[in-house]
Amino acid sequence: MTDRAFAVVRAGALTTVQDLGRAGHAHLGVPRSGALDADAHRLANRLVGNGPEAATLETTVTGCAIRMRSAVTVAVTGAPCPVTVDGRPAAWGAPVHVPADALLEVGTATYGLRSYLAFAGGIEAEPVLGSRATDLLSGLGPAPLTDGAVLPLGTPGAPVPAADAVPHAGPARELVLPVRLGPRDDWFTEAGLRTLLTGVWRVSSASNRIGLRTEGPSLERARDGELPSEGMPLGAVQVPPNGLPVLFLADHPTTGGYPVIGVVRESALPAAAQAAPGTPVRFVRAHSGA
Amino acid sequence: MTAPTTAGTRTQPAESPCLRMRTLPVGDHGLLVELDSGEAVEALHAELLRRAAAGRLPATREIVPAARTVLIDGLAEPERFAAELTGWDIPPAARSGARTLEVPVRYDGPDLADVAELWGVTPEEVVRIHSGTEFRVAFCGFAPGFGYLTGLPERYHVPRRATPRTRLPVGSVALAGPYTGVYPRSSPGGWQLLGTADAVLWDASREPAALFTPGTLVRFVPQPFDPHPEATQ
Repeated sequence: MTDRAFAVVRAGALTTVQDLGRAGHAHLGVPRSGALDADAHRLANRLVGNGPEAATLETTVTGCAIRMRSAVTVAVTGAPCPVTVDGRPAAWGAPVHVPADALLEVGTATYGLRSYLAFAGGIEAEPVLGSRATDLLSGLGPAPLTDGAVLPLGTPGAPVPAADAVPHAGPARELVLPVRLGPRDDWFTEAGLRTLLTGVWRVSSASNRIGLRTEGPSLERARDGELPSEGMPLGAVQVPPNGLPVLFLADHPTTGGYPVIGVVRESALPAAAQAAPGTPVRFVRAHSGA
Repeated sequence: MTAPTTAGTRTQPAESPCLRMRTLPVGDHGLLVELDSGEAVEALHAELLRRAAAGRLPATREIVPAARTVLIDGLAEPERFAAELTGWDIPPAARSGARTLEVPVRYDGPDLADVAELWGVTPEEVVRIHSGTEFRVAFCGFAPGFGYLTGLPERYHVPRRATPRTRLPVGSVALAGPYTGVYPRSSPGGWQLLGTADAVLWDASREPAALFTPGTLVRFVPQPFDPHPEATQ
Protein backbone atom coordinates (compact mmCIF):
# COMPACT_ATOMS: atom_id res chain seq x y z
CA MET A 1 0.00 0.00 0.00
CA THR A 2 1.56 3.25 -1.04
CA ASP A 3 1.43 6.33 1.12
CA ARG A 4 -1.08 8.42 -0.82
CA ALA A 5 -0.15 11.92 0.29
CA PHE A 6 1.87 15.00 -0.55
CA ALA A 7 4.13 17.26 1.47
CA VAL A 8 4.02 21.05 1.14
CA VAL A 9 7.37 22.47 0.06
CA ARG A 10 6.21 26.05 -0.60
CA ALA A 11 2.76 26.99 0.64
CA GLY A 12 2.56 30.23 -1.37
CA ALA A 13 0.72 33.41 -0.37
CA LEU A 14 -2.48 31.63 0.61
CA THR A 15 -3.28 28.07 -0.37
CA THR A 16 -6.39 26.41 1.04
CA VAL A 17 -8.26 23.15 0.65
CA GLN A 18 -11.60 23.77 -1.08
CA ASP A 19 -14.61 21.86 -2.33
CA LEU A 20 -18.22 22.87 -2.97
CA GLY A 21 -18.58 24.18 0.59
CA ARG A 22 -21.04 23.56 3.40
CA ALA A 23 -24.31 25.19 2.31
CA GLY A 24 -27.30 24.52 4.54
CA HIS A 25 -25.82 25.64 7.88
CA ALA A 26 -26.22 29.42 7.58
CA HIS A 27 -28.88 29.37 10.33
CA LEU A 28 -26.12 28.26 12.73
CA GLY A 29 -23.85 31.11 11.64
CA VAL A 30 -21.78 28.86 9.38
CA PRO A 31 -20.61 30.43 6.09
CA ARG A 32 -20.99 28.38 2.94
CA SER A 33 -17.28 28.57 2.02
CA GLY A 34 -15.99 26.42 -0.87
CA ALA A 35 -13.97 27.19 -4.02
CA LEU A 36 -14.29 30.84 -5.04
CA ASP A 37 -13.99 29.93 -8.72
CA ALA A 38 -16.33 26.95 -8.55
CA ASP A 39 -16.17 26.44 -12.33
CA ALA A 40 -12.39 26.03 -12.24
CA HIS A 41 -12.64 23.70 -9.25
CA ARG A 42 -15.16 21.48 -11.07
CA LEU A 43 -13.08 21.46 -14.24
CA ALA A 44 -9.89 20.48 -12.40
CA ASN A 45 -11.73 17.58 -10.80
CA ARG A 46 -13.22 16.48 -14.11
CA LEU A 47 -9.77 16.46 -15.73
CA VAL A 48 -8.51 13.91 -13.16
CA GLY A 49 -11.68 11.79 -13.08
CA ASN A 50 -13.09 13.07 -9.77
CA GLY A 51 -16.62 14.08 -8.94
CA PRO A 52 -17.17 17.82 -8.37
CA GLU A 53 -17.29 17.35 -4.58
CA ALA A 54 -13.65 16.19 -4.34
CA ALA A 55 -11.37 18.61 -2.49
CA THR A 56 -8.78 20.59 -4.46
CA LEU A 57 -6.17 23.21 -3.57
CA GLU A 58 -7.00 26.85 -4.21
CA THR A 59 -3.84 28.97 -4.58
CA THR A 60 -3.62 32.75 -4.48
CA VAL A 61 -1.44 34.56 -7.05
CA THR A 62 1.89 32.93 -6.17
CA GLY A 63 0.94 29.24 -6.54
CA CYS A 64 2.57 26.56 -4.41
CA ALA A 65 5.02 23.65 -4.58
CA ILE A 66 4.44 20.15 -3.26
CA ARG A 67 6.33 16.85 -3.25
CA MET A 68 4.29 13.77 -4.09
CA ARG A 69 4.69 10.72 -1.87
CA SER A 70 2.98 8.54 -4.46
CA ALA A 71 2.36 8.72 -8.19
CA VAL A 72 -0.82 10.63 -8.94
CA THR A 73 -2.57 12.37 -11.82
CA VAL A 74 -3.15 16.07 -11.23
CA ALA A 75 -4.62 19.00 -13.15
CA VAL A 76 -4.26 22.75 -12.70
CA THR A 77 -7.04 25.14 -13.78
CA GLY A 78 -8.33 28.60 -12.86
CA ALA A 79 -5.72 31.34 -13.14
CA PRO A 80 -3.28 30.27 -15.92
CA CYS A 81 0.26 29.69 -14.61
CA PRO A 82 3.41 27.74 -15.36
CA VAL A 83 3.25 24.13 -14.12
CA THR A 84 6.43 22.10 -13.67
CA VAL A 85 7.28 18.58 -12.54
CA ASP A 86 10.85 18.31 -11.23
CA GLY A 87 11.57 21.55 -13.08
CA ARG A 88 10.26 20.34 -16.46
CA PRO A 89 7.30 22.22 -17.96
CA ALA A 90 3.99 20.39 -17.77
CA ALA A 91 0.54 21.21 -19.07
CA TRP A 92 -1.88 23.68 -17.50
CA GLY A 93 -5.55 22.78 -17.95
CA ALA A 94 -4.86 19.12 -18.72
CA PRO A 95 -4.20 15.92 -16.76
CA VAL A 96 -0.53 15.56 -15.77
CA HIS A 97 0.98 12.36 -14.42
CA VAL A 98 3.31 13.08 -11.51
CA PRO A 99 5.60 10.24 -10.37
CA ALA A 100 6.25 9.46 -6.71
CA ASP A 101 8.86 11.75 -5.05
CA ALA A 102 8.55 14.35 -7.84
CA LEU A 103 8.29 18.06 -7.07
CA LEU A 104 5.16 19.63 -8.54
CA GLU A 105 5.23 23.40 -8.86
CA VAL A 106 2.26 25.64 -9.55
CA GLY A 107 3.83 28.96 -10.54
CA THR A 108 2.74 32.57 -10.23
CA ALA A 109 -0.49 33.33 -12.09
CA THR A 110 0.01 34.88 -15.53
CA TYR A 111 -3.32 36.60 -15.03
CA GLY A 112 -6.22 36.03 -12.67
CA LEU A 113 -5.72 35.29 -8.98
CA ARG A 114 -6.63 31.73 -8.04
CA SER A 115 -5.44 28.46 -9.53
CA TYR A 116 -6.97 25.10 -8.65
CA LEU A 117 -4.93 21.92 -8.27
CA ALA A 118 -6.92 18.68 -8.34
CA PHE A 119 -5.55 15.22 -7.53
CA ALA A 120 -7.08 11.95 -8.75
CA GLY A 121 -8.85 10.69 -5.61
CA GLY A 122 -9.10 14.18 -4.05
CA ILE A 123 -7.59 15.51 -0.84
CA GLU A 124 -8.69 13.50 2.19
CA ALA A 125 -8.66 16.24 4.83
CA GLU A 126 -11.04 15.80 7.77
CA PRO A 127 -14.54 17.00 6.76
CA VAL A 128 -16.41 19.48 8.98
CA LEU A 129 -20.20 19.51 8.53
CA GLY A 130 -19.76 17.46 5.38
CA SER A 131 -17.18 19.70 3.71
CA ARG A 132 -13.40 19.90 3.55
CA ALA A 133 -13.42 23.60 2.63
CA THR A 134 -11.25 26.04 4.57
CA ASP A 135 -13.46 28.85 5.83
CA LEU A 136 -11.29 31.87 6.60
CA LEU A 137 -14.09 33.86 8.26
CA SER A 138 -14.92 31.35 10.96
CA GLY A 139 -11.87 29.08 10.95
CA LEU A 140 -13.70 25.87 10.05
CA GLY A 141 -12.07 23.17 7.94
CA PRO A 142 -8.37 22.45 7.37
CA ALA A 143 -5.87 25.20 8.19
CA PRO A 144 -4.36 27.07 5.22
CA LEU A 145 -1.30 25.21 3.93
CA THR A 146 2.02 25.75 5.66
CA ASP A 147 5.47 24.65 4.57
CA GLY A 148 6.13 21.09 5.72
CA ALA A 149 2.47 20.11 6.14
CA VAL A 150 1.46 16.67 4.83
CA LEU A 151 -2.00 16.14 3.33
CA PRO A 152 -3.46 12.71 2.57
CA LEU A 153 -5.03 11.83 -0.77
CA GLY A 154 -8.00 9.61 -1.50
CA THR A 155 -8.05 6.61 -3.76
CA PRO A 156 -9.09 7.37 -7.34
CA GLY A 157 -12.54 5.97 -7.99
CA ALA A 158 -12.68 6.22 -11.74
CA PRO A 159 -10.06 5.94 -14.46
CA VAL A 160 -8.72 9.31 -15.56
CA PRO A 161 -10.52 10.28 -18.78
CA ALA A 162 -8.67 10.44 -22.06
CA ALA A 163 -6.65 13.58 -22.75
CA ASP A 164 -8.82 16.59 -22.27
CA ALA A 165 -7.58 20.14 -22.36
CA VAL A 166 -9.11 23.57 -21.96
CA PRO A 167 -8.17 26.85 -23.61
CA HIS A 168 -7.40 30.01 -21.64
CA ALA A 169 -10.20 32.52 -21.74
CA GLY A 170 -7.70 35.38 -21.72
CA PRO A 171 -7.44 38.12 -19.13
CA ALA A 172 -10.65 40.00 -18.40
CA ARG A 173 -10.46 43.74 -19.22
CA GLU A 174 -13.25 44.45 -16.79
CA LEU A 175 -15.49 42.60 -14.41
CA VAL A 176 -19.16 42.91 -15.37
CA LEU A 177 -21.52 41.78 -12.63
CA PRO A 178 -25.20 41.13 -13.42
CA VAL A 179 -27.10 42.25 -10.33
CA ARG A 180 -30.72 41.85 -9.36
CA LEU A 181 -31.86 44.75 -7.19
CA GLY A 182 -33.16 44.02 -3.70
CA PRO A 183 -33.89 43.26 -0.98
CA ARG A 184 -32.85 46.72 0.33
CA ASP A 185 -32.65 48.84 -2.84
CA ASP A 186 -35.27 51.11 -1.22
CA TRP A 187 -32.57 52.25 1.24
CA PHE A 188 -30.93 54.12 -1.66
CA THR A 189 -31.93 57.22 -3.59
CA GLU A 190 -32.75 57.18 -7.30
CA ALA A 191 -29.34 58.75 -7.84
CA GLY A 192 -27.73 55.99 -5.74
CA LEU A 193 -29.41 53.27 -7.81
CA ARG A 194 -28.42 55.03 -11.04
CA THR A 195 -24.84 55.22 -9.81
CA LEU A 196 -24.88 51.48 -9.10
CA LEU A 197 -25.91 50.69 -12.70
CA THR A 198 -23.74 53.29 -14.45
CA GLY A 199 -20.68 53.78 -12.24
CA VAL A 200 -17.29 52.14 -12.60
CA TRP A 201 -15.36 50.87 -9.58
CA ARG A 202 -12.03 49.16 -9.25
CA VAL A 203 -11.33 45.95 -7.34
CA SER A 204 -9.73 46.95 -4.05
CA SER A 205 -6.60 45.23 -2.78
CA ALA A 206 -8.49 44.72 0.51
CA SER A 207 -10.56 42.00 -1.22
CA ASN A 208 -10.36 38.43 0.06
CA ARG A 209 -12.37 35.19 0.20
CA ILE A 210 -15.02 36.96 2.29
CA GLY A 211 -15.75 39.74 -0.11
CA LEU A 212 -14.65 41.66 -3.18
CA ARG A 213 -14.25 45.24 -2.01
CA THR A 214 -14.40 48.17 -4.39
CA GLU A 215 -13.03 51.67 -4.79
CA GLY A 216 -15.02 54.27 -6.71
CA PRO A 217 -18.23 56.26 -6.45
CA SER A 218 -20.22 56.17 -3.25
CA LEU A 219 -23.89 55.08 -3.36
CA GLU A 220 -26.25 57.66 -1.90
CA ARG A 221 -28.55 56.36 0.83
CA ALA A 222 -32.20 57.42 1.05
CA ARG A 223 -32.37 56.67 4.74
CA ASP A 224 -30.06 56.62 7.71
CA GLY A 225 -30.19 54.38 10.68
CA GLU A 226 -29.39 50.77 11.27
CA LEU A 227 -30.97 47.76 9.71
CA PRO A 228 -31.63 44.90 12.14
CA SER A 229 -29.34 41.96 11.29
CA GLU A 230 -30.69 39.83 8.46
CA GLY A 231 -29.61 36.82 6.43
CA MET A 232 -27.38 37.44 3.43
CA PRO A 233 -26.81 35.09 0.49
CA LEU A 234 -23.75 34.41 -1.61
CA GLY A 235 -23.36 37.24 -4.14
CA ALA A 236 -25.02 39.85 -1.92
CA VAL A 237 -23.85 43.42 -2.65
CA GLN A 238 -23.74 45.04 0.75
CA VAL A 239 -23.22 48.77 1.15
CA PRO A 240 -21.51 49.84 4.38
CA PRO A 241 -21.72 53.48 5.58
CA ASN A 242 -18.87 54.57 3.24
CA GLY A 243 -21.20 53.84 0.30
CA LEU A 244 -18.76 51.52 -1.51
CA PRO A 245 -20.34 48.22 -2.59
CA VAL A 246 -18.87 44.97 -1.24
CA LEU A 247 -19.63 41.78 -3.18
CA PHE A 248 -19.91 38.85 -0.77
CA LEU A 249 -18.00 35.72 -1.78
CA ALA A 250 -17.94 32.18 -0.36
CA ASP A 251 -16.63 32.96 3.17
CA HIS A 252 -19.14 35.78 3.78
CA PRO A 253 -20.90 36.25 7.13
CA THR A 254 -24.36 34.69 7.22
CA THR A 255 -26.09 37.75 8.66
CA GLY A 256 -25.33 41.45 8.55
CA GLY A 257 -26.73 44.84 9.42
CA TYR A 258 -25.87 46.94 6.37
CA PRO A 259 -28.34 47.12 3.49
CA VAL A 260 -27.96 44.70 0.57
CA ILE A 261 -28.74 46.76 -2.54
CA GLY A 262 -28.76 43.77 -4.86
CA VAL A 263 -27.52 40.24 -5.46
CA VAL A 264 -25.05 39.25 -8.18
CA ARG A 265 -25.91 36.18 -10.20
CA GLU A 266 -23.94 33.13 -9.05
CA SER A 267 -22.69 32.38 -12.58
CA ALA A 268 -20.70 35.66 -12.46
CA LEU A 269 -18.87 34.84 -9.22
CA PRO A 270 -16.05 32.74 -10.76
CA ALA A 271 -15.00 35.81 -12.76
CA ALA A 272 -15.14 37.90 -9.58
CA ALA A 273 -12.85 35.35 -7.92
CA GLN A 274 -10.23 35.98 -10.62
CA ALA A 275 -10.44 39.79 -10.79
CA ALA A 276 -7.13 41.27 -9.66
CA PRO A 277 -6.96 44.49 -7.64
CA GLY A 278 -7.36 47.47 -9.97
CA THR A 279 -9.64 45.64 -12.42
CA PRO A 280 -12.58 47.90 -13.43
CA VAL A 281 -15.93 46.65 -12.08
CA ARG A 282 -19.39 47.47 -13.45
CA PHE A 283 -22.80 46.33 -12.30
CA VAL A 284 -25.49 45.71 -14.91
CA ARG A 285 -29.12 44.87 -14.34
CA ALA A 286 -29.65 41.09 -14.47
CA HIS A 287 -32.48 40.11 -16.76
CA SER A 288 -34.83 37.74 -15.01
CA GLY A 289 -35.20 34.21 -16.16
CA ALA A 290 -31.62 33.15 -16.86
CA MET B 1 -50.62 44.14 13.89
CA THR B 2 -48.46 41.69 15.76
CA ALA B 3 -48.30 37.94 15.74
CA PRO B 4 -51.10 36.19 17.57
CA THR B 5 -49.91 35.18 20.98
CA THR B 6 -52.65 32.80 22.02
CA ALA B 7 -53.34 29.29 20.82
CA GLY B 8 -56.59 28.26 19.16
CA THR B 9 -56.83 31.11 16.70
CA ARG B 10 -59.27 29.12 14.58
CA THR B 11 -61.92 29.52 17.28
CA GLN B 12 -61.13 33.18 17.77
CA PRO B 13 -61.93 34.81 14.44
CA ALA B 14 -61.18 38.25 15.88
CA GLU B 15 -57.50 37.32 15.96
CA SER B 16 -56.16 36.79 12.46
CA PRO B 17 -54.09 33.64 12.00
CA CYS B 18 -52.17 35.31 9.19
CA LEU B 19 -48.96 37.18 9.85
CA ARG B 20 -48.37 40.40 8.02
CA MET B 21 -45.52 39.58 5.68
CA ARG B 22 -43.62 41.59 3.12
CA THR B 23 -41.61 39.53 0.66
CA LEU B 24 -38.54 41.01 -0.98
CA PRO B 25 -36.52 39.47 -3.83
CA VAL B 26 -33.02 38.18 -3.01
CA GLY B 27 -31.28 37.32 -6.26
CA ASP B 28 -32.83 34.82 -8.66
CA HIS B 29 -33.65 32.14 -6.10
CA GLY B 30 -34.17 33.82 -2.76
CA LEU B 31 -36.84 35.60 -0.76
CA LEU B 32 -36.50 37.79 2.28
CA VAL B 33 -39.69 37.70 4.31
CA GLU B 34 -40.02 40.72 6.55
CA LEU B 35 -42.29 40.51 9.61
CA ASP B 36 -43.47 42.88 12.33
CA SER B 37 -41.85 41.28 15.35
CA GLY B 38 -39.40 38.71 16.61
CA GLU B 39 -42.38 36.55 17.66
CA ALA B 40 -43.72 36.62 14.11
CA VAL B 41 -40.28 35.59 12.80
CA GLU B 42 -40.30 32.71 15.28
CA ALA B 43 -43.78 31.63 14.15
CA LEU B 44 -42.91 31.70 10.44
CA HIS B 45 -39.57 29.94 11.02
CA ALA B 46 -41.32 27.19 13.03
CA GLU B 47 -43.91 26.78 10.27
CA LEU B 48 -41.20 26.53 7.58
CA LEU B 49 -39.43 23.81 9.58
CA ARG B 50 -42.71 21.95 10.16
CA ARG B 51 -43.50 22.01 6.46
CA ALA B 52 -39.96 20.98 5.54
CA ALA B 53 -40.14 18.02 7.97
CA ALA B 54 -43.50 16.99 6.50
CA GLY B 55 -42.16 17.23 2.93
CA ARG B 56 -44.53 20.10 2.16
CA LEU B 57 -41.91 22.74 1.41
CA PRO B 58 -40.22 23.18 -1.98
CA ALA B 59 -36.48 22.44 -1.98
CA THR B 60 -34.39 25.19 -0.33
CA ARG B 61 -30.69 25.68 0.28
CA GLU B 62 -30.86 27.85 3.39
CA ILE B 63 -33.54 29.07 5.80
CA VAL B 64 -32.03 31.84 7.92
CA PRO B 65 -34.14 33.52 10.62
CA ALA B 66 -32.88 36.87 11.90
CA ALA B 67 -34.18 39.83 13.91
CA ARG B 68 -37.20 40.78 11.74
CA THR B 69 -36.75 38.59 8.69
CA VAL B 70 -36.45 35.05 7.43
CA LEU B 71 -34.22 34.50 4.39
CA ILE B 72 -35.25 31.54 2.24
CA ASP B 73 -32.62 30.82 -0.41
CA GLY B 74 -32.33 28.21 -3.13
CA LEU B 75 -35.97 28.26 -4.30
CA ALA B 76 -36.64 27.18 -7.89
CA GLU B 77 -39.63 29.53 -8.17
CA PRO B 78 -39.39 32.28 -5.56
CA GLU B 79 -42.24 34.42 -6.95
CA ARG B 80 -44.62 31.49 -6.88
CA PHE B 81 -43.53 30.59 -3.36
CA ALA B 82 -44.02 34.20 -2.21
CA ALA B 83 -47.59 34.15 -3.50
CA GLU B 84 -48.27 30.82 -1.78
CA LEU B 85 -46.72 31.99 1.50
CA THR B 86 -49.12 34.88 1.98
CA GLY B 87 -52.03 32.42 2.13
CA TRP B 88 -50.52 30.28 4.89
CA ASP B 89 -52.33 29.84 8.19
CA ILE B 90 -49.42 30.23 10.63
CA PRO B 91 -50.00 29.51 14.32
CA PRO B 92 -47.90 31.28 16.93
CA ALA B 93 -44.72 29.38 17.81
CA ALA B 94 -45.48 26.91 20.58
CA ARG B 95 -43.26 27.15 23.62
CA SER B 96 -45.12 24.86 25.99
CA GLY B 97 -43.41 21.51 26.18
CA ALA B 98 -40.15 22.87 24.77
CA ARG B 99 -37.13 21.98 26.87
CA THR B 100 -35.21 24.84 28.42
CA LEU B 101 -31.45 24.55 28.18
CA GLU B 102 -29.75 25.47 31.46
CA VAL B 103 -26.35 27.13 31.06
CA PRO B 104 -24.24 27.59 34.22
CA VAL B 105 -22.59 31.03 34.35
CA ARG B 106 -20.04 32.62 36.66
CA TYR B 107 -21.22 36.22 36.83
CA ASP B 108 -17.69 37.57 37.17
CA GLY B 109 -17.58 39.76 34.03
CA PRO B 110 -15.66 43.06 34.01
CA ASP B 111 -18.72 45.05 32.86
CA LEU B 112 -21.12 43.85 35.56
CA ALA B 113 -20.79 47.15 37.47
CA ASP B 114 -21.30 49.23 34.29
CA VAL B 115 -24.40 47.24 33.36
CA ALA B 116 -25.71 47.65 36.93
CA GLU B 117 -25.29 51.41 36.55
CA LEU B 118 -27.05 51.43 33.15
CA TRP B 119 -29.91 49.42 34.62
CA GLY B 120 -29.99 51.51 37.82
CA VAL B 121 -29.69 48.46 40.06
CA THR B 122 -26.97 46.70 42.09
CA PRO B 123 -24.69 44.09 40.45
CA GLU B 124 -26.45 41.41 42.54
CA GLU B 125 -29.75 42.53 41.01
CA VAL B 126 -28.24 42.26 37.51
CA VAL B 127 -27.40 38.63 38.23
CA ARG B 128 -30.89 38.00 39.65
CA ILE B 129 -32.65 39.63 36.69
CA HIS B 130 -30.43 38.06 34.02
CA SER B 131 -30.57 34.57 35.50
CA GLY B 132 -34.30 34.96 36.12
CA THR B 133 -35.05 35.62 32.44
CA GLU B 134 -36.11 32.95 30.00
CA PHE B 135 -34.17 33.61 26.83
CA ARG B 136 -34.79 32.33 23.34
CA VAL B 137 -32.22 31.95 20.58
CA ALA B 138 -33.72 34.35 18.04
CA PHE B 139 -31.07 33.69 15.42
CA CYS B 140 -27.40 32.84 14.89
CA GLY B 141 -24.64 34.71 13.10
CA PHE B 142 -21.29 36.45 13.63
CA ALA B 143 -19.55 33.09 14.19
CA PRO B 144 -20.56 29.41 14.06
CA GLY B 145 -22.62 28.73 17.17
CA PHE B 146 -23.06 32.38 18.20
CA GLY B 147 -26.72 32.89 19.08
CA TYR B 148 -28.56 36.18 19.50
CA LEU B 149 -30.74 35.55 22.58
CA THR B 150 -33.81 37.68 23.25
CA GLY B 151 -35.92 37.89 26.38
CA LEU B 152 -34.69 40.89 28.39
CA PRO B 153 -37.31 43.65 28.68
CA GLU B 154 -36.53 46.79 26.71
CA ARG B 155 -35.53 48.79 29.82
CA TYR B 156 -32.56 46.43 30.21
CA HIS B 157 -31.23 46.92 26.68
CA VAL B 158 -27.70 48.37 26.75
CA PRO B 159 -25.40 49.95 24.15
CA ARG B 160 -22.19 48.34 22.98
CA ARG B 161 -19.01 49.52 24.65
CA ALA B 162 -17.53 52.63 23.05
CA THR B 163 -14.23 50.82 22.48
CA PRO B 164 -14.48 47.14 21.53
CA ARG B 165 -12.12 44.76 23.27
CA THR B 166 -9.58 43.12 21.00
CA ARG B 167 -10.06 39.74 22.65
CA LEU B 168 -12.98 38.27 24.57
CA PRO B 169 -12.38 34.91 26.25
CA VAL B 170 -14.23 31.76 25.11
CA GLY B 171 -17.57 31.43 26.91
CA SER B 172 -17.98 35.16 27.58
CA VAL B 173 -21.62 35.93 28.39
CA ALA B 174 -22.32 39.40 27.06
CA LEU B 175 -25.04 41.96 26.38
CA ALA B 176 -25.64 44.43 23.53
CA GLY B 177 -28.87 46.06 22.42
CA PRO B 178 -31.76 43.67 23.00
CA TYR B 179 -29.46 40.62 22.90
CA THR B 180 -27.48 38.33 25.15
CA GLY B 181 -24.78 36.20 23.54
CA VAL B 182 -22.18 33.64 24.56
CA TYR B 183 -18.92 33.69 22.60
CA PRO B 184 -18.18 30.22 21.15
CA ARG B 185 -14.51 31.12 20.74
CA SER B 186 -12.14 33.91 21.54
CA SER B 187 -12.75 36.93 19.33
CA PRO B 188 -12.83 40.72 19.35
CA GLY B 189 -16.09 42.21 20.55
CA GLY B 190 -17.83 45.32 21.84
CA TRP B 191 -20.49 43.67 23.98
CA GLN B 192 -20.80 44.22 27.75
CA LEU B 193 -19.32 41.24 29.63
CA LEU B 194 -21.43 39.83 32.45
CA GLY B 195 -19.68 36.55 33.07
CA THR B 196 -18.34 33.28 31.75
CA ALA B 197 -19.93 29.96 30.80
CA ASP B 198 -18.09 26.64 30.45
CA ALA B 199 -20.67 25.14 28.10
CA VAL B 200 -19.31 23.98 24.73
CA LEU B 201 -21.17 26.28 22.34
CA TRP B 202 -19.75 24.73 19.20
CA ASP B 203 -18.53 21.21 18.52
CA ALA B 204 -18.32 20.27 14.85
CA SER B 205 -18.47 16.55 15.72
CA ARG B 206 -21.79 17.00 17.53
CA GLU B 207 -25.24 17.01 15.87
CA PRO B 208 -26.25 19.77 15.83
CA ALA B 209 -22.79 21.31 16.11
CA ALA B 210 -24.25 24.44 17.72
CA LEU B 211 -25.60 24.28 21.29
CA PHE B 212 -27.76 27.31 20.55
CA THR B 213 -29.96 26.74 17.50
CA PRO B 214 -32.75 29.16 16.51
CA GLY B 215 -35.75 28.64 18.78
CA THR B 216 -33.82 27.06 21.69
CA LEU B 217 -34.99 28.29 25.11
CA VAL B 218 -32.16 29.14 27.48
CA ARG B 219 -31.87 29.95 31.17
CA PHE B 220 -28.58 31.04 32.75
CA VAL B 221 -27.88 29.50 36.16
CA PRO B 222 -25.55 31.47 38.46
CA GLN B 223 -22.56 29.50 39.69
CA PRO B 224 -20.41 30.37 42.68
CA PHE B 225 -17.17 32.05 41.66
CA ASP B 226 -14.39 29.54 41.69
CA PRO B 227 -10.74 30.48 41.78
CA HIS B 228 -9.99 27.19 39.98
CA PRO B 229 -12.47 27.12 37.09
CA GLU B 230 -11.07 23.87 35.69
CA ALA B 231 -12.32 22.13 38.83
CA THR B 232 -15.94 23.07 38.18
CA GLN B 233 -18.40 20.87 36.27
